[in-house]
Amino acid sequence: MKPTNIFDPNYFHKVVDCQWACPAHTPVPEYIRLISQQRYTEAYMLNWDSNVFPGILGRTCDRPCEPACRRVRTEENPVAICRLKRVAADHKGDIGAYLPKVPVEKNGKRVALLGAGPASLAVARDLLPHGYDVHLFEKDPSGGGMMRSQIPAFRLPIEVLEEEVDRILEMGVVTHFGHEITSMKSMLEEDFDAFFVGTGAPRGRDLTLPGREESTSHISIGIDWLSSVAFGHTDKIEGKVIVMGGGNTAMDCCRTAKRLGAESVSVVVRSAFEVMKASEWEKEDAMSEGIPIINNRPPKEFVHENGKLKGVVFECVKPVRGDDGRLSYVPSGEPDVFMAADHILMAIGQENHCPWIERDIGIEFDKWDCPILEEDTLQSSNPKIFFGGDAALGPENIIWASAHAHKAAISIHLFCQGKDLKAARPPEGVNLVSQKMGMHEWSYDSVHDPALRFRVPHVEREVALKNIKVEVELGFDEALGAKEAQRCLNCDIQTVFTDRLCIECDACVDICPMDSITFTENLKEKVLRERLTAPAGNTEQALYISDELNTGRVMVKDEDVCVHCGLCAERCPTNAWDMQKSVFHIPQLGSYAEQ
Amino acid sequence: MTFVAKPRVHHPKLPVNEIGLTRRDYEGPVSTLCAGCGHDSVSAAIVQACAELSLPPHKFAKISGIGCSSKTPSYFLSKSHGFNSVHGRMPSVATGANLANRDLYCIGVSGDGDTASIGLGQFAHIVRRRINMLYVVDNNGTYGLTKGQFSATNDKGSTSKKGLPNLNEPIDLVSLALQIGASFVARSFSGDKKQLVPLIKAALIHKGFGFIDVISPCVAFNNHQGSTKSYDYIRDHSEPVVVTDYFAAQEEITVDYAPGTSEEVHMPDGSVLCLQKLDEKFDVHDKVHALNYVQTRQAQGEVVTGLLYVDPDASDCHEVLDTVQRPLNELDVDDLCPGNAALEMVNAGFR
Repeated sequence: MKPTNIFDPNYFHKVVDCQWACPAHTPVPEYIRLISQQRYTEAYMLNWDSNVFPGILGRTCDRPCEPACRRVRTEENPVAICRLKRVAADHKGDIGAYLPKVPVEKNGKRVALLGAGPASLAVARDLLPHGYDVHLFEKDPSGGGMMRSQIPAFRLPIEVLEEEVDRILEMGVVTHFGHEITSMKSMLEEDFDAFFVGTGAPRGRDLTLPGREESTSHISIGIDWLSSVAFGHTDKIEGKVIVMGGGNTAMDCCRTAKRLGAESVSVVVRSAFEVMKASEWEKEDAMSEGIPIINNRPPKEFVHENGKLKGVVFECVKPVRGDDGRLSYVPSGEPDVFMAADHILMAIGQENHCPWIERDIGIEFDKWDCPILEEDTLQSSNPKIFFGGDAALGPENIIWASAHAHKAAISIHLFCQGKDLKAARPPEGVNLVSQKMGMHEWSYDSVHDPALRFRVPHVEREVALKNIKVEVELGFDEALGAKEAQRCLNCDIQTVFTDRLCIECDACVDICPMDSITFTENLKEKVLRERLTAPAGNTEQALYISDELNTGRVMVKDEDVCVHCGLCAERCPTNAWDMQKSVFHIPQLGSYAEQ
Repeated sequence: MTFVAKPRVHHPKLPVNEIGLTRRDYEGPVSTLCAGCGHDSVSAAIVQACAELSLPPHKFAKISGIGCSSKTPSYFLSKSHGFNSVHGRMPSVATGANLANRDLYCIGVSGDGDTASIGLGQFAHIVRRRINMLYVVDNNGTYGLTKGQFSATNDKGSTSKKGLPNLNEPIDLVSLALQIGASFVARSFSGDKKQLVPLIKAALIHKGFGFIDVISPCVAFNNHQGSTKSYDYIRDHSEPVVVTDYFAAQEEITVDYAPGTSEEVHMPDGSVLCLQKLDEKFDVHDKVHALNYVQTRQAQGEVVTGLLYVDPDASDCHEVLDTVQRPLNELDVDDLCPGNAALEMVNAGFR
């Protein structure tokens, strides 16, 4: 194998599993260390800079970082990264001094943002400090998009939402609320230099089954119903409620229905429990509130009588795992079941829907009705128009919207300045800084903490179910947050090896608790992986290979389960090993100088 | 000195041996020796050997004298018995321990000062007494604890850190052990665990006195240019003569050496040493030949390593003294004072 190029920004970035997995590449270990130091304001700002909505995401993020966390591989449960983000948001001080300054004098370029959801808001935040005149158009009376309309208040209190949405609006966005765009063509005629479409995936899927038409007054589309609850148009639901669907929207619907007075609520899912789209913790929360989740029941027919819904007939199936590992469903042989219902909430997915974009204005769409975009720039085939968030690539979650927004903001900036969108893009980079402070002192808390994941305390169930506005999760307090923060393995403090200093004394091999280091003859990767001190079976994780050493051997470190305890560097007599903090430059408008 | 404890967390696929323990269960606390000390690698090799042999840690007695080397028993097998004794007097204490409880695996760790200077007399006599033990010398050719004076194994002409040459002749412990009757003699290098671990295993299983002279560089005082016990010097001048692989009884033998160069040595417990002779003429069963070989190569500036001599049918001290099979410390009053009738019988034997 060839020696590893540690100056490739991606090499060490991949070692920081959480940051690599995060679409916005939030520097997770760094903000967790700040939390340990009770520097909540700084921890919050580091998040704000990267993902724009720390308070909101600290409650609602889909947390792609957590399954990636190295703790999953070294023991079992990841660090509660998401809820630590909330700790930073809950305990922060005044952040005023840290906010970017918005110039009073504008740069003369006008940008229109369509939709006031997370993607547009994040683009606004990135563009405003650079003097852009930013106009935001939204059909609803206030900003936030799906964060306001689809996430119930018992998961995301309105004050938390408004604090972070308003912070951006107050930076000087010209808002046009209650202004529904019905034609992109007429929008284009207005005097804007660039357009950003962040209108989300606003159409909930429907089912065409016998009886659907006749029962229509008792069937609601999940996201529309949640939205009408959020805006106060709906404040109760009566009788027996069936929620159809297995995603997070279904979980929000059933828990909301339970709080709005439903006599009974059940979730019925066509597929198996393990493959439901809803996050584990959302399923757990719904079930712990006494809501049954019934699986392997595809609906067959809505039963109605005199225009009134009576219930639904479901087929019974069982999952069968095919040779390709995928589940398919075959009839289980049980008779169809009838479940009585007075109201159905349909939460079986959502999709992009832009009937207001004319198809003859230079924006091309693919067969799924998604706009065709340049992947690196998010520019559509009409060079003035950019997309982001769910409107760009279909339904994802908020953190993707932030990531898209940073990308699109750079593109819009370069476009408005007449520069090449690809060639002039700021590059990624990495900086490595030694953390050695003395003979045996490191600037980070290197000691491995064997503690298990701490649970986030919840409010008492009776209290929670009575009022839709009572937030279910209480969040970690400072003490519990500090304990959980200590579980972080500091994966951004890298083990950096300098081959010319090594005397091959084996001290690092002997001390490494995870058997990650081997000195061996250089071989092909496949063979090498089998011959290490501990076989490196996880091919997703890199092998760090040094240049040839004095004896002709090479140092091989399997990055897979290294706990970054620093003992290799601690026991190295020549400083051939050093613990160095990797700081990644993730291109973002204004976060560092673009070329 | 490292203050950070080695965390208990370990590789999720760390193997478990026959008695349900992992290698980590054979470790001790983090070493307080200088970072990079060869002695720590020797300790790690002992840990690995004991774990792979699936021997219960509480069945070990670790005995040492004084010096850097003699501190190391603290850093391995923390769940065993240990005695950090007087300078150069490890052999006496080890003899006592082995006489009292023949069931214990006895590991004596000493250094070149402890064995070749103050303890030379003790060393000679424990070899002669054939105590059933593994005697390891962590040999770095210097007095590290007192900041780098030449020790008795330091080669003539080898220089100190400041560049002054050693004017005295060295004591070669391997030659000495061969000469006075050790039944298992090997030399190895702390930086070569592939060689060292099987040797430790074989010496532990060997019945009789197992001696391993391990060249173990002192990073602080004897790892410079001009030293003949530095990592670089040993790597350049080490001449392995026999490659040893250890296979426990019933274990499948997986090595396949070229015909004519290999040999199997069957140990009393059923385990097998597979030897690959790198020099075809070498004979591990011929003491005089081994002594000659080591000396000749040494005169050419080479350091011969590997298994140099083994007598698998050797006897140990208990056999010579014809002691009972039960450990002496388990004999109670009734065993030791069998009463007047028995005494009469013994006395009658003398009449």
